[in-house]
Amino acid sequence: MNRAPSHSYPGINLGEDHASAHKATEVVTFGFWVFLMSDLVYFGLMFAIYITMIDAQAGGPGPHELFDLKSIFAQTLILLTSSLTVGLAMLALKYNLPRARIVLWFGMTLVLGLSFLVLEIRDFMNMSAQGGIPQRSGFLSAFYGLVPLHGLHVATGCLWLIILGIQLRVFGLTDLLMSRMVRLALFWHFLDLIWIGIVTIVYFGGLTYG
Amino acid sequence: MTSAETGFFGRLNWDAFPIAGLIQNPGANEIIANAAAAIVIVGVVAVVGILTWFRLWGPLWRDWLTSADHKKIGIMYIVFAIVMLARGVLEGVVMRAQQAAGPGDGFLKPEHFAELFSTHGTIMVFFVAVPFVFGVANYLIPLMIGARDVAFPVMNQIGLGLTVSAGLMLMVSLVVGEFSTGGWTAYPPYTGAAFNPGVGPDYWIWAIVVSGVGTTLTGINFAVTIYKLRAPGMKFMRLPMYCWTIICSSILIIFAMPPLGVAALLLAADRYLDFHFFTNDLGGNMMNYANLFWLFGHPEVYLLVLPAYGIYSEVFATFSAKRLYGYNSLVIATMSIAVMSFTVWLHHFFTMGQSALINAVFGIATMLIAIPTGVKVYDWMATLYRGRIRFSVPMLYSLSFLMLFVIGGLSGVILANPTVDYQVHNTLFLVAHFHNALLPGVLFGLLAAYNYWFPKAFGFRLNEFWGRVSVFCWTIGFLLTFMPLYFVGLMGMPRRSFSWEDPSFHPYMITAVIGALVITCGLFSVLIQLWVSIRDRDQTRAPVGDPWDGRTLEWSIPSPPPTYNFAIIPQVTDRDNFAAAKERGQAYPTPDAYEDIEMPRNTGIGFVLCVLSGIWMFALVWWIWWLAALMTILIILAIIVWSFDTSTEIIIPAEEIRKDHEAWLALVHSTAAVDRDYESAPENRGLARPDMEAIT
Amino acid sequence: MDKRSEMHRRERRRYVIGYGGSLLLTLVVFAVAHQFGIETKGVYLTIGLLGLAQLLVQLVYFLHIDRRRSSREDLDLILFSTLVLLIIIGGTVWILGNLALRMHMHVM
Repeated sequence: MNRAPSHSYPGINLGEDHASAHKATEVVTFGFWVFLMSDLVYFGLMFAIYITMIDAQAGGPGPHELFDLKSIFAQTLILLTSSLTVGLAMLALKYNLPRARIVLWFGMTLVLGLSFLVLEIRDFMNMSAQGGIPQRSGFLSAFYGLVPLHGLHVATGCLWLIILGIQLRVFGLTDLLMSRMVRLALFWHFLDLIWIGIVTIVYFGGLTYG
Repeated sequence: MTSAETGFFGRLNWDAFPIAGLIQNPGANEIIANAAAAIVIVGVVAVVGILTWFRLWGPLWRDWLTSADHKKIGIMYIVFAIVMLARGVLEGVVMRAQQAAGPGDGFLKPEHFAELFSTHGTIMVFFVAVPFVFGVANYLIPLMIGARDVAFPVMNQIGLGLTVSAGLMLMVSLVVGEFSTGGWTAYPPYTGAAFNPGVGPDYWIWAIVVSGVGTTLTGINFAVTIYKLRAPGMKFMRLPMYCWTIICSSILIIFAMPPLGVAALLLAADRYLDFHFFTNDLGGNMMNYANLFWLFGHPEVYLLVLPAYGIYSEVFATFSAKRLYGYNSLVIATMSIAVMSFTVWLHHFFTMGQSALINAVFGIATMLIAIPTGVKVYDWMATLYRGRIRFSVPMLYSLSFLMLFVIGGLSGVILANPTVDYQVHNTLFLVAHFHNALLPGVLFGLLAAYNYWFPKAFGFRLNEFWGRVSVFCWTIGFLLTFMPLYFVGLMGMPRRSFSWEDPSFHPYMITAVIGALVITCGLFSVLIQLWVSIRDRDQTRAPVGDPWDGRTLEWSIPSPPPTYNFAIIPQVTDRDNFAAAKERGQAYPTPDAYEDIEMPRNTGIGFVLCVLSGIWMFALVWWIWWLAALMTILIILAIIVWSFDTSTEIIIPAEEIRKDHEAWLALVHSTAAVDRDYESAPENRGLARPDMEAIT
Repeated sequence: MDKRSEMHRRERRRYVIGYGGSLLLTLVVFAVAHQFGIETKGVYLTIGLLGLAQLLVQLVYFLHIDRRRSSREDLDLILFSTLVLLIIIGGTVWILGNLALRMHMHVM
């Protein structure tokens, strides 16, 4: 137990300026990591199912007809940039920068997250217009079981950001709120990692093997 | 009727109630179905009546339903598990009676029989074994590692709420509509919308999803608690063996519950939204389901049995008055089992049609897992060797386990051979095997734990006589019920058959139903034991807290423990810390100073989520879309509102702690210590006299 | 005070490096796909490896996972999760792929 110095969870942490918040955060952040790993298994299984169902197109539209790489490229850039902004928000928190800076970076993250969702939903609508609906084939079921699951996570992250914004107004920057912000940042980075998997396996993999 | 054209109450109507069947078509089958529904309704009315008559609603709400105390949550888990156990056992008896009714069709309809084996399996795994294991672990983990509560007390409460609401769905399915007929594994395409359009599989799906979420939350909680909240000085290699098994079991939960969630949710997508994951047409593939389900299913077996191994380890050590033999090898064996349990899932579907190479790989992996289990068996026997063994009730359960479980384990090694498995796959041989692993393996462990730690939780011991009767009944009943099933399995009788023709099965079936009745006696003797023990509690009180000459930290505090568990967080210097302190004569130290203690405040969020998720499940099962949407919104809102509540702690002042602790220390010093010969006598007030041999 | 702003600068640089690296890898991936088409397995292997590289870049520069003692617990957790994921994804693809092969399900 004596080896629990100030950094026993990775990088995203509150540092010496927030010693009391830091201690309380340690246990709950570790718990959140464990939760993320459990969530990772969910995604991993959906990836496995997608891989086994790439061929199951049943004569319906496949990746070549449905996937729009330009839109995927835009979504990738947006999500990547939001990962940077959430990181900068954490730095602003860690080094006690003015509250406005924290709000600014989190606000940008929210805007980026929402625009990602808009683009993704537009993609789904375009796919549906071409007959690419989940009821059409096993392949499309697997696609819609996985990609919107990630989208749902992003939407949850956005709702979380909004609630944190409200709580920041109500409570001010309390220990509890800082600890929640740390977890949100972890969650957001995690979603970007999953997105890399989606681009590589779902989109490029689908185009190569589908 | 499609999902689009449903009324205000979805597809719920008069025909959903079993009484309608009784009026239209009276017979033995309908009488049994109505009796089951009536038992549920009478049970609910009786509980409500008793609570109202004795004016217990207030205490129930304040002391239990809103409590975030791990001890109370643990007890609630166990009460829930025992209620569900009663239903599961009775269902087993009805099934045995159906098969014992002789060649022919018996007295139940095939659908009713199928419902029975589906609910029996679902209940026993998800709503008896899991909550019982969680209840015991909840109670013990903080006490054993020297902590004041689990890492996330409120999440703990939510986990309980979700498990209970999911379990109650199975009770509701007795009264409204019917449960799935697809077995506890619910394989599509049979459970898909094309072949099974009714509500049955939907009850199964939502009960599994919601309880799965609760289970995952609790698993995370246990892992973080043991990882982060150990008392100072409690290094990993000083953890009680039981805590090791709970860490491994939590790891299994964290990584193995997602496959079950995925399987159930994708089945729901198929049924509700016309997806094609597991359908026969348009590229669906049901083998994906089998694969997903057993990715969960196999680790599940070990997540249940590992904590039982932990319990046996504690019981063998205490009642042999010895240190646990081979601690390091037991730790390594436990870890190996946890990791290897992720590499054997295919042995549940050797016959699905994959190549011989794959079957061989998974067959060998399955056989390998017997090695660490064998290590454990030898370690336990070595713990007994030259120990001063006391044949108390927990010890009797454990010895019964040791002998019977080896049979179950060996029959597992036989099944691990794919060529043998092709012969006995889906026969009663398999049923006998897994009951052999789960009854003596898991349930005996949990009952041993119940007998062993009951005086810790309530301050008085359980009745020895009725405890022995129950050990006897469970053991003999188990042997009579399941040994014949091995034989009829080898003779070729398929599992889950409501009807059979070969007269040579008959004697075995008769023996099995007699065994089932003996098991029922075992269940009732557990209940009688509880009643007798409460009646005679003045003769068995052990408030000092150490009635068995225990070895681990939980025995070093009063029985029942105070809310905050430890007045002063202990400094751990040894494995079996309390036993070591007693040997050195340093047990029961008087602290120099006391500090204020922060404890979690009561909260209603767990109860609120229990109710909301219950209504949500019911609405989804019956396609009452507006209600399901409303509940979804309310659940999200409840969590948001709760996140605004920041006063989650209460302070217990140091003065109050000092007063209580000093009163208890005075009791310790004024109590006469007893040796082990007087363990079950009224003189045993919970202070153990040090072993004479150790002193001289 | 000076030391702190120095640390702040260094940490900000880490994020910017992570962002730049990920951006570069993303651009290369899409450029490769655009240039060579996505039909051949060689190209897909390249894309897959670049994706893996980006995962590592983000783990190191955004989530600050490294081999230092301080983040060892989380590294262990991630490595164990990766092991379990490899077992279950690899096993699933192996089993289901083999079944598909034996049932001639490949061409629908």
